[in-house]
Amino acid sequence: MSTVNIIDFVYLISAVLFMLGIKNLSSPATAKLGNYLSMTGMGVAIIATLASPDMFGFTMIIIAIAIGAAIGGYAAVKVEMTSMPEMVALFNGCGGAASALVAMAEFNGQTATFANFTLITLLLSIIIGGLTFTGSIIAYTKLQGIISTRPITYPFQQIVNAGIVILTLFLAYTVFQDPSNLFAFYLIIVLSLSLGVLAVIPIGGADMPVIVSLLNSYSGLAVSMTGFALNNNALIIVGSLVGASGLFLTKIMCDAMNRSLANVLFGAFGAIDESVADGGEGPAGSMKGFEVEDVAIALQNADSLIIVPGYGMAAAQAQHVTRELGDFLTEEGVEVRYAIHSVAGRMPGHMNVLLAEADVSYDQLFAMEDINDDFSTTDVVLVIGANDVVNPAAKTNPSSPIYGMPILEVDKARTVVVLKRSMNVGFAGIENELFFKDNTMMLFGDAKASIQNLLAAVKE
Amino acid sequence: MDTGTIIIGLTIFVLACFAGAELISKVPQTLHTPLMSGSNAISGIAILGALIATGRPESIDAESAIGFFAVIFATVNVVGGYMVTNRMLQMFKKKKLKKKE
Repeated sequence: MSTVNIIDFVYLISAVLFMLGIKNLSSPATAKLGNYLSMTGMGVAIIATLASPDMFGFTMIIIAIAIGAAIGGYAAVKVEMTSMPEMVALFNGCGGAASALVAMAEFNGQTATFANFTLITLLLSIIIGGLTFTGSIIAYTKLQGIISTRPITYPFQQIVNAGIVILTLFLAYTVFQDPSNLFAFYLIIVLSLSLGVLAVIPIGGADMPVIVSLLNSYSGLAVSMTGFALNNNALIIVGSLVGASGLFLTKIMCDAMNRSLANVLFGAFGAIDESVADGGEGPAGSMKGFEVEDVAIALQNADSLIIVPGYGMAAAQAQHVTRELGDFLTEEGVEVRYAIHSVAGRMPGHMNVLLAEADVSYDQLFAMEDINDDFSTTDVVLVIGANDVVNPAAKTNPSSPIYGMPILEVDKARTVVVLKRSMNVGFAGIENELFFKDNTMMLFGDAKASIQNLLAAVKE
Repeated sequence: MDTGTIIIGLTIFVLACFAGAELISKVPQTLHTPLMSGSNAISGIAILGALIATGRPESIDAESAIGFFAVIFATVNVVGGYMVTNRMLQMFKKKKLKKKE
């Protein structure tokens, strides 16, 4: 068995470890082990590669790994759980950049001797990796609020973007015909990078989770393409795993919003609609603001409580005090559960992570389909900074932009308490008739402060 | 690269897509963020290509210079991705709360 065979065999072992890693993510109890298995797979693959006989210099590799590990490690330790979506977007962008750079290095390394298939996959890797890199950075800046979360649109936007795609593919064809055409090659790089920017800026902040998942899937695809070009099975397998995972999450989120992927990508959802931009007077009557004491009485009289968290809880860092309130009421004999919509927060499972951070037991967390039937028999629902995912207009108002989106049917509960920062409309810019219902109590203010006051009042 | 090698590569790709879809559909909603960051971490596997590009040339040239940056980006992806995933998974706990009647 030659060294190359041995290395390929080790790659197979690492692919199996990655698969086992994901398999163990099927339960929170085994998930940690899964992550360790996956890490082992990565470590083994890296060691095998370094042991390859055609490796000459290690100095640059060691320096690069040290720099990368320092940056990645620092970011991973420092990031707040609430900012996880941005972090994942950035890491994902790095993955895309890495694939594109590897393809560029390979292109540089041996221009003359390319087989057709290698050349095609190299070019695809550069295009997909490049747009993943800039697209992820734009997603990051939108999630951070560095640039406007509103869709940025201009006339003929889609025609311009389609034109760039066609031009890029045409240039790729030119390079395919003549690999020495470096001008076309560099232009492809520039165009792919601009494409990532242009494709993501018209997408509203509320849709960023979908985009981050989709870009995750793209980075997987870029890795697979690189794998084809380098004839490296580890890259092909892992790329397809990541691609499948990204697509799966994208689909879950599109389904949860009852929108097609095309609508998310090209719909400019959340562009300012003047007709609903005013707060205050809404669909039926006015919002009723309540005092903390009124809400505390409702909670004290309840036997069952469902807490519905949304991005507002994350923004106010209210997860810990929410858990304290939940625990206190549990000890008082109230049945406390948490209902989590698939698109609550800014990435799939975002709320679950925050509540886990706050030490909420994971068997108290319920997905929409597992808890929706229980709202009608629940005394109090506490909505903390969630808006569109509890908007009854999704079921009742065919003219609403979110009509048809599956929602948490909180309005069926006896009393709904909505904690909200202000009277403004939600992230998607849509009026919510839940806030105007007779059984709804609005409690305005910072979610964290409101819950702290509520906890103090309930304890009295 | 001969056609046989390409077919083998495509076979691996297609089968891995199916296996991946099957595995991933079993991941519960509660772990979707760790799934995303974890699968994101493994997409840093491009580091293998980056290592080869950096280490293969006998002296520093364009290939190894580009490879150098590829290693940095891929390492950020791998190390950062695994570390945040681990941080998140450490937090998922099951605990018992006593109720008083």
